[in-house]
Amino acid sequence: MKILIVDDFSTMRRIIKNLLRDLGFTNTDEADDGNTALPMLKSGKYDFLVTDWNMPGMSGFDLLKAVRADEQLKDLPILMVTAEAKRDQIIAAAQAGVNGYVVKPFTAATLKEKIEKIFERIH
Amino acid sequence: MSDSQNNQPGLDPEVTEKLEQQTSELAESVNAGDYTRAMSIINELSDVRDQSLYREVGQLTRSLHEAIRNFQIDPRNAEQKEALSKMSDASDRLNYVVEMTNQAANRTMDLVEESMPLAHTMRDEAIELRDEWQRLRRREMAPAEFRELYGRIDRFFVSLTADSDALYHSLSEILLAQDFQDLTGQVIQKVTGLVKEVEENLLSLVVMASHVDQLTGTIHEIEEKEESAEKGVGPQVKADERDDVVSGQDDVDDLLSSLGF
Repeated sequence: MKILIVDDFSTMRRIIKNLLRDLGFTNTDEADDGNTALPMLKSGKYDFLVTDWNMPGMSGFDLLKAVRADEQLKDLPILMVTAEAKRDQIIAAAQAGVNGYVVKPFTAATLKEKIEKIFERIH
Repeated sequence: MSDSQNNQPGLDPEVTEKLEQQTSELAESVNAGDYTRAMSIINELSDVRDQSLYREVGQLTRSLHEAIRNFQIDPRNAEQKEALSKMSDASDRLNYVVEMTNQAANRTMDLVEESMPLAHTMRDEAIELRDEWQRLRRREMAPAEFRELYGRIDRFFVSLTADSDALYHSLSEILLAQDFQDLTGQVIQKVTGLVKEVEENLLSLVVMASHVDQLTGTIHEIEEKEESAEKGVGPQVKADERDDVVSGQDDVDDLLSSLGF
């Protein structure tokens, strides 16, 4: 299971990386915005994407849309972990095809629950 | 000038008085057919307007200068040039906050990442020793095995002391790493003070500029720009007081399940 973590803050990437490791996912890579993430996704054979929304450069929402529009990547499960808390945004993310939505600040239990739920569905 | 602006305060009473007096004179002259007089009143009226306009613009300029001097944006002498302007100082201060919180978060995570394997090792070794110990109590252990266990327990006590010392040390370092809250809190309070000061000064400039608008009869059409949520707006500070914002993960889950997620 290879996971890409996208967030502009290195501390948040590190927190998510640690939580994923505790859940048994040790093969993770990091990117700081959509522009860096997209080429990595295209060449890297990732099984799962965890992304923030608000980032300089390409936002997580644009990344979500770009992934869903890409023939090769369109089925990649995506979990959004973000401080964006407007109802409209959550609805937009759902309509754009996000698989899970976690609002910051979050707990380890929430992250675990959402990830497990996503994998339950796709397997 | 539109009707809605008639009630706005600000115009000099002297000016409004003249305006009223000359308007009625103007009406009288027009009614009486004295067009030369009427024209000269119109000229006088426009003079009054120009005079007060110059006065307001003058005041506005002075206040603007004052405001700029207050924030030392435009350093005039060597001393001021040396000193950073309050504004760039404020952004330096906020950068310091980002830097401090970043350092504290990373320091804390370093220590946590160092401590977790220690806790794991202690736990694993304790489990194994407990199993061995129970075998001994059930008298299932050969004398050679017992001697081995004896040594192992000895070593465990030694490493337990060292590891728990290390854990304690990490925990107290983590405690210390939280001192950023005090330092960044003070800095943020200073910057908040400056922002308030700037806001008050800008507000008085806006009030003054509105006098100029009144005299020139300018009406601004300000388009309301809506923030694009697609770009991302960051954390919601007063989520509890708003309907368009979720207040936590439970809200998100409810919303998504109502969408059939």
